[in-house]
Amino acid sequence: MAGLTLDLIALQLFTGVALGAVYVLLAIGLSLIFGMLTVVNFAHGAFYMLGAYAGLFLMTQGVNFWVCLLLVPLLVGGIGLAVERVLIRPLYGRGIDYPLLLTFGLSYVIVELVRIGFGKTGYPVDTPELLQGAVDIGVGYFPLYRLFVIGATAVILFGLWLFLERTSFGLIIRAGARDPEIIRVLGVNVRRVWLVVFGLGTGIAALAGLLAAPLQGVIPEMGGPVLAEAFVVTVVGGMGSLLGAVLAGLLVGIVVSITSLFAPEMAKVSIFALMAVVLLVRPQGFFGRAGLMS
Amino acid sequence: MLRVEKLNAWYGSSHVLQDVTLEVNRGEIVCLIGRNGAGKTTTLKSIIGLIGKTTGAVSFEGKDLLPTPTHARFALGLGYVPEERRIVQGLSVRENLRLGLVASPEKKREAELIAKMAETFPRLAERLDQTAVTMSGGEQQMLAIARAMISGPKLIMLDEPSEGIMPVLVDEMFELFRSLKHSGTTILLVEQNVELALGLADRVYVIDQGTVVHSGGAKDLLADPEIQERYCSV
Repeated sequence: MAGLTLDLIALQLFTGVALGAVYVLLAIGLSLIFGMLTVVNFAHGAFYMLGAYAGLFLMTQGVNFWVCLLLVPLLVGGIGLAVERVLIRPLYGRGIDYPLLLTFGLSYVIVELVRIGFGKTGYPVDTPELLQGAVDIGVGYFPLYRLFVIGATAVILFGLWLFLERTSFGLIIRAGARDPEIIRVLGVNVRRVWLVVFGLGTGIAALAGLLAAPLQGVIPEMGGPVLAEAFVVTVVGGMGSLLGAVLAGLLVGIVVSITSLFAPEMAKVSIFALMAVVLLVRPQGFFGRAGLMS
Repeated sequence: MLRVEKLNAWYGSSHVLQDVTLEVNRGEIVCLIGRNGAGKTTTLKSIIGLIGKTTGAVSFEGKDLLPTPTHARFALGLGYVPEERRIVQGLSVRENLRLGLVASPEKKREAELIAKMAETFPRLAERLDQTAVTMSGGEQQMLAIARAMISGPKLIMLDEPSEGIMPVLVDEMFELFRSLKHSGTTILLVEQNVELALGLADRVYVIDQGTVVHSGGAKDLLADPEIQERYCSV
C-alpha cells in the first residue's frame, strides 16, 4: 500500500465517476423501461453491445466519431422500436416473466448474430483524435476521454430531464409510469408511449456502448457482465426511479474503482456486497416504491 | 346520445353485468343508483373502456364504442371521473390539469383553459404548483372533475364524486353539475346518496345484482319509498 496518496484516491474517484457514467446510462434505460412497461429487459446488455459494434462498423466505413454519437442511438433505438412492436407487444397483459424470458433469449440471438457477422474475437477501438491524451485536473493527470464520457453523460441526463419535465410527452411518461389506466382514459394511446420509451431506453444503452468502446474495446459478450452490474444499480437506486439510477450508478462506479485500488480482486464482488447491504437496510432501494412487484 | 344495449361484462370468470340497457339523452343528468357492488362502477368502466371483456352494444352519438380503443373514446367527447379520483400523485395540480389536455385538440389553448378551471375551482387556483398529494380528498375530487372537464367533453361520467367529502363541498359540487348542465354538458352520475342524486337528476336507473331493475323520472322515484327501500338501502 506504499505510495497511496490522497491525490491518487481523488484520481481514482474520478475514474469511478467515469465508470459510473456508463452504469448510469444503462440503468436509466432499464429503469425507464421497467417503470413504464414493467418489462425487465434482459436484452439491454445486447443493445449496449450493438451500440459499440455499430460505432465500430460505422467508423471503419469512415464515419467520424461525432456523427456516430448521433447515428448509433438512432440506429439501435430503431431496432429497439422494432423489437418492442413485433416481439414484446404481444406479451403485454401476461405475467412479468414472459417479456423477461423473451428478452433473455433475444440477447443470445443478438450476441450470436454479432459473432457471425464480426467474429468471436474482440477489437480495440481507437479513442477519437480530439480526445486523446490526458489533462491536469488539479490532483493529477486524467485521461481526456474519460472526462468526455462524464461530460457526455451529464449532457444526456440533462436532455432527458428536459424532455421528461418540460414536454407534454414527458408529462405523459411521468403520469403513465404511475397510472397507465388514467392516461388511456384521457385519450393517450399508451402503446405508442411504450413503444417510444423502449426505443429511447435502447437508444441510450447503445450510446453507453459506443462511449465505453474506446475504454475497453468491443467483444460480442461485453453486454453480459455490464448488464448484471446495471441491474444492481437499478435495484440499489430503486426499480423505476431515474434519480435513483443516477445516484446508484455513480455510487457503484466509485465503489468499484476505490475497491480496485485497495483490493483489485474484490472489485467485482464489491458491487454485490453493496447491493446486499442496501437491500438489507432498504429493500426497495434508495428511491423505489415498496411493493412495486405485488 | 349514449345508448347501452344488453351490456354484459366480466371480471375474469365472474359475470358482473347482465344485459344492462340504458340511455342518456343530450343535456340530461342521468343517475345510476344501487347498492355497493351492484354493478354501477362496472357500467361506467365498460362505457369508457376499462373492462377487459364486454359484449352487447354501446353507442355514443351513433358510434359503436365497444370495438373502439379506450384512448379513442376520449376523442369522441367522453369524459370520466373515476372512483377514488385517480389523481396522479407526485405531479402538481397544474400538471394533472395539463394531463387532461395532452391528447386533446384544445391543447393549444392550455394556458387559457387552465386559467378558466382555476376560476371555476378557486380551491385549485391557490394550489396550482403544489403536488396533488398535499390536497384534501375534496380538493382532489375537484381536481379530478376539472381534469375531465378541461377538454370540454360532451358527456361526462362521474363515479361517486361525493364519497368521503365534506357536505359543504358536496353542495358546491352539485351546484357545479347544474351549471354544467345549463352550459350543455350531459352528465351520467353514479351516486350512493340517493336523496342527493334524486334531487339533481332528470332520470334514474336503479341497478341491482348487475342488471337494471327500475328506471324512471327522478321525481317519480322520490315518491316511491318502496323501491328506494328495496334496492338502495345499504
